[in-house]
Amino acid sequence: MKKQIFILMAAMVLLLVSCGGGGSTTGKQKQITLSAAGATFPQPFYNLAFKKYNEAGGPLTNYGGIGSGGGIKSLRDQIVDFAATDAYLSDAELAEMPGEVVHIPTCIGAVVIAYNLPGVTDLQLTPELLEGIFLGNIKKWNDPKILAANPGLAVPDMEITVVYRSDGSGTTYIFSDYMSKVSPAWKAQLGTGKALNWPAGIGAKGNPGVSGTISQSQGSIGYIGYEYAFAQKIPMAKVMNSAGLFIEPTLESFTAAAAAEMPADTRVMLTNSPNPAAYPITSFTWIIMYKELAYGKHSSEAAEAAVKTVKWLTGEEAQAIATSVHYAALPQNASLQAAELLRGITYQGLTVLR
Amino acid sequence: MSGDRVTKVLLFISSLTILLLSAGIVISLFGGALPAFREFGFRFIISSAWNPTAGSEEYGAMSFIAGTVITSILALIICIPMAFSTSLFIAEYYNGTRTSGILRSLVDLLAGIPSIVYGFWGFYALRPLMVATGLTDQGFGVFTASLVLAIMIVPYATSLSAEIISMVPAELKEAAYSLGATRREVIFSVVIPSARSGIIASFILALGRALGETMAVTMLIGNANVIPKGLFAPGNTMASVIANQFGEASGLKMSALIAIGLLLFLITALVNYLGKLIIKRFA
Repeated sequence: MKKQIFILMAAMVLLLVSCGGGGSTTGKQKQITLSAAGATFPQPFYNLAFKKYNEAGGPLTNYGGIGSGGGIKSLRDQIVDFAATDAYLSDAELAEMPGEVVHIPTCIGAVVIAYNLPGVTDLQLTPELLEGIFLGNIKKWNDPKILAANPGLAVPDMEITVVYRSDGSGTTYIFSDYMSKVSPAWKAQLGTGKALNWPAGIGAKGNPGVSGTISQSQGSIGYIGYEYAFAQKIPMAKVMNSAGLFIEPTLESFTAAAAAEMPADTRVMLTNSPNPAAYPITSFTWIIMYKELAYGKHSSEAAEAAVKTVKWLTGEEAQAIATSVHYAALPQNASLQAAELLRGITYQGLTVLR
Repeated sequence: MSGDRVTKVLLFISSLTILLLSAGIVISLFGGALPAFREFGFRFIISSAWNPTAGSEEYGAMSFIAGTVITSILALIICIPMAFSTSLFIAEYYNGTRTSGILRSLVDLLAGIPSIVYGFWGFYALRPLMVATGLTDQGFGVFTASLVLAIMIVPYATSLSAEIISMVPAELKEAAYSLGATRREVIFSVVIPSARSGIIASFILALGRALGETMAVTMLIGNANVIPKGLFAPGNTMASVIANQFGEASGLKMSALIAIGLLLFLITALVNYLGKLIIKRFA
């Protein structure tokens, strides 16, 4: 018996040792492998784009959808070639980074107001209604204020259930940034952030969680990334923009939001765009990387591959892929600015893209 | 070195690893939780504030402690009659028969279902039932979560209780029968008293499982970071808030989440300790 136990133990130890050693024997491939991590919001676009680029002879990029915060941490720890985030880095966050960081916008995403109301598919909402509903002050679907914005609509007598993100998320950030711009009450009570102190409603995890909960619960309303509402065919509300027009969420109305002037480092929120054709709850999503790529054990090959991959991402071919998976393409001014920023990236002081 | 010595050393190393691991977990939890406790002090435990907005950050664990304790106790209360009667059925009434064998493997099967699957079942099957009762608008809340939790912990309590009950010596039971006791009398005056501490231990184990359960609870409890206002109101638990929020957390918020993890660790340890005390008293 004792001998059997001994053999078992010895086998386990051997197994552990062999597992540990297994990793080091692989590698030695000629193909450059890039690692990237960050926001889940643009992940479907990035996954597809990186795959296509790899098939076309580009480097293999492994993208981990670990959230914008995780992406920023990974970049700070210099364990990825580039990261992705839905919210641009604040001045304080930039100061914490070990080197200068550039923001490259890659596409435009929008947050839509999805709802589940029997018999209703063309709801219109004003910023005041959004404030009232999400702060829990408007509790019924047939509230006179909702009826006033939707003349002739047969709104049922139902309780409103607000569904929000229970996890920290860029989607919440974009929505709350918009609400803080249009509603002083919101700004004072909830403010802007990736997670908020919600006064009413229920939380669900991730965009899939919120969209699943809305499609399963009559009388519910929530905010989700456009592509999720589109894919699951959940009705989306038209939202009144800064020009006083009710705008339907479409890829064109998202791109219109980015047509205005923007700062040279592209760190700008597109929400509440002054363009009368723009849907108001939109945002860039960014790739972030260091301006000087010679750090740690980062090779010049990897640096060049990373810059080329990001450049390809902002180019025409990849932008068409973005549209095919329901992200809005960058307008011309933004892609020109992205190209300009990429030309400024260096390796040991020398421009990477020549 | 003789085989005996080697075995001894190997066993010693294995147990030492466990000890080091648990010490390491406690130390790193303490280290991570320190900023939150330094900022809020004891108020962190009794406050139910949870405001992550930058500038007015304030964190308190009470909403989550309440959610965890309420759902787990409720789940245990629902679980006890189910698990207790099933284990009696399997291990005493139908012990050794084919019915009992099938039932036993079904219970084990329930234990093997991943919690996310229970969550799905709760979300798509149980929640509409809850809505149909008219007690709740959307079916999310403390009670729905507790019900799924109860079903999840039944197999643990059942199979352990059944094991203990079937270990009651046949001589004891036969003696009671020979004195003219009925089957019911044998169960209540012989089987249960001699298996009592083991049965209690099985329920403590089940409670421990309920305290730490995450996925299925997250999908059903509504994830509102407040003390639940009623059985059918949404709330949140300690494990669930950690799983939900750590991904995008940093700074003080990350520390608050780690502190909640530490508190959960302490609560679980306390429950286990109480369980041991109870077992000692009844044994």
